[in-house]
Amino acid sequence: MLKYIIRRLLVMVPVVLGVTVVISTLIYLSPGNPAQIALGQNANPEAVARLEQQMGLNKPPHLRYVDWLTQALQGNLGRSLETGTPVTDLIVERLPATLELAFASLAIMLVIALPLGVVSAVRQYSWVDNASMLFAIFWLSMPSFWLALILLLLFAVHWDFFPISGRAGALLSVTALSYLVLPAIANGARRAGLLTRMMRSSMLEILNKDYIRTAKGKGIGQRSVIYSHGMRNAMIPIVTLLGLQVPSLISSSVIVEVVFAWPGMGRLLVDAVLRRDYPVVQGVTLMYAVIVIVANLLVDIAYSYLDPQISYD
Amino acid sequence: MSDLQEGRSGRPNRSDESTTQSPDEETQLPSRRRKVAGRLIRNRLALLGSGIVLALVLTALFAPYIAPYDPVEQDYAALEQPPSLEHPFGTDTLGRDVFSRVVFGAKYAVFLGLVIVGFEMLLGVTLGLVAGYYGGMVESVIMRVVDVALSIPGVVLALAIAGMLGGGLIPLVIAISLVGWRGFTRLVRGDVKGVMEEEYIDAAKGAGVSDARLIVQHILPNVASSIIVYATLTIPTVILWAAGLSFLGMGVSPPTPEWGALIANGRGEIDDAWWISTFPGLAIMVTVIGFNVLGDGLRDALDPRQSEL
Repeated sequence: MLKYIIRRLLVMVPVVLGVTVVISTLIYLSPGNPAQIALGQNANPEAVARLEQQMGLNKPPHLRYVDWLTQALQGNLGRSLETGTPVTDLIVERLPATLELAFASLAIMLVIALPLGVVSAVRQYSWVDNASMLFAIFWLSMPSFWLALILLLLFAVHWDFFPISGRAGALLSVTALSYLVLPAIANGARRAGLLTRMMRSSMLEILNKDYIRTAKGKGIGQRSVIYSHGMRNAMIPIVTLLGLQVPSLISSSVIVEVVFAWPGMGRLLVDAVLRRDYPVVQGVTLMYAVIVIVANLLVDIAYSYLDPQISYD
Repeated sequence: MSDLQEGRSGRPNRSDESTTQSPDEETQLPSRRRKVAGRLIRNRLALLGSGIVLALVLTALFAPYIAPYDPVEQDYAALEQPPSLEHPFGTDTLGRDVFSRVVFGAKYAVFLGLVIVGFEMLLGVTLGLVAGYYGGMVESVIMRVVDVALSIPGVVLALAIAGMLGGGLIPLVIAISLVGWRGFTRLVRGDVKGVMEEEYIDAAKGAGVSDARLIVQHILPNVASSIIVYATLTIPTVILWAAGLSFLGMGVSPPTPEWGALIANGRGEIDDAWWISTFPGLAIMVTVIGFNVLGDGLRDALDPRQSEL
C-alpha cells in the first residue's frame, strides 16, 4: 500500500509541473505589462522600466518560468500587483472560507440526494421516482448564479430569514452559520441533482444483482436488504464520485462567492482577473489545481481501501 | 464511394470484416435508424427535450420577427416596468423590453453552444482518435496532456483565459473551447481502443487501407454515437458556462442581449425589479433542461442497455 501511495505521489510530480507550465504560458501570453499595472497608467516610464528589470520581465519566458518555479517551490508565489501583499498570504487567508462553503455544499448535496436516489431506485417507475428525477433535472439545469440571486431575493431581501451577503468568521455561532446557508444551497443544488441520478442508477444496478435476489429469497426484510446489502455496495462508486465532487464544488463556488460577497478564493480570483493582477491569478489557479490533484489521490487511496479487488500493483 | 457514404452514416457498433457493403447491410442500416428513432419518439421526456431545442433554434432564427421591440432600443418613458401585456417580461433600467432581449439572447445561446462544442469536438475527437489508434508514445503524450489539463478545474481555467484575453465573444469561445476538449479526448480514446480489438480492423489493415482512411471511414463511425450523446450533453454545460462568464463580466458584455449578461444587468435591481434577472434565468434553465433530457433520451435510444438504469 505504501509503495502504491509513493508511486502515485511520483506520478503527481510531472502533472503538477505541467500545470505550472500551462498557467505560466497563459500569464505570459496575456496582454498588458505587469509593471505598468503595478504602478498605474500614469506612472513614469523610467520607474516602469526599473520595475520591469526588478520583476525580471525583460528575461526570456523560460527563464522567467524557472525563476517563478524556484520561488514557488520555496512557498513564494510572488506579490499582488495591486496591494503588494504576498500571494501565499492571500490564499491562506481565503482558503478556509472556500473549503467551508464546499463542505457545507457537500452536506446539502448528501442530505438531498442520497435519500431521494435510494427511494427512486427502490420504487422504480413510481410517482416518487418520476418526481425525484424531475427534481434532479430541474436542479441540474439551474444556473448557480441565477439560483443565488433568486435565493437572495426571496430569503434575504423579501423574508429576511438570512443575511444578504458576507461571512461572519469561522463556523462557531448561529450567526456565522446563517451566512453560509444560502451560498451552500446555491452551490450544492446543481450537484445534488447529479448525485440523485447517480445514486439511483448505482442502487438500481445493485438491486438487480443475484445476491440481492438470494437475500430476498432467504426471507430477509426489505429494509435490511436495502440498507445492509444494497446501499453498502451502491456506496462504493458514490464515494468515488463524492471525492471527485469536492474539488468540483470548490471550483464551482467561484460565481456563488461573487454573488454572496463570500470572501473565498473564487472571489479573490475573479477580482484578480478583472484587475489583471497576474501573480494572484497564477497563484490561485495553481492552488485550485493542487486541490484537484490531491483530492484525486485521496479518492484513489480511499477506493483501494473500500474495494479489496483493486490491486496496488 | 458506397463505402465512404456508409462510413459517414454514424452507424455504431458496426463489425463487418469487409470494406464493401452487402445488400443485407443496406437494409440493416435504415432499420437500425428506425429503431433508434422509434425509441426516441416513445420516450416522452426526450420528445419534450426535442421540442424545447427546436423552439430554441426557431426562436434564434426568427428572433427579429418574434421580438416585439428592438432589443437595444431604450425607452425612457417605460423604465423598470413590471410585466404587462405590452411588455410580457417587463422592461429594464433603461426601458428596454426584457422579452425582446431574452428572444435575441437565444441567438447567442445557440451560437455559443454549437460553435464552442464544435471546436471542442474538433480538437478533442481528433486527439482521441490519434491517441486510441496509434497508442504507444503518442497516446502517452496526449493522455498526459489531458491529465494536466484535467487537473485545472474547468471553470477556473476558462475564467482565467477569458479574463486575461480581455473578455468579449471571441475570448469566451476560445476560453471554453480550450477547456472542454478534454472530455471528448478521454471518451473517444477509450471507445477507439475498444474498436481496435475488432477483427475487421486487422482485416482492413491487412488489405492495405491507409491509417487516415481507416480512422475516418471505419473507426469514427463506430464511435460516433457516443460522441453525439456526449456533445448533446455538453451543449447545456457550455451554455451555463458562457452565461456564467458573461455574468461575471468576462464574456459577452452589455448591451449585447446575452442571457448571462442580462442577469448581471438586473442583479442590482433584484429587490425592486425582479423580472430583469428572473426571465433570462428561466430561459437558460428551460434551454438546459431541453438539452439534458434530449441527451438522456439519445443515450437511451442509442444504447438501450443504459435505459434500464
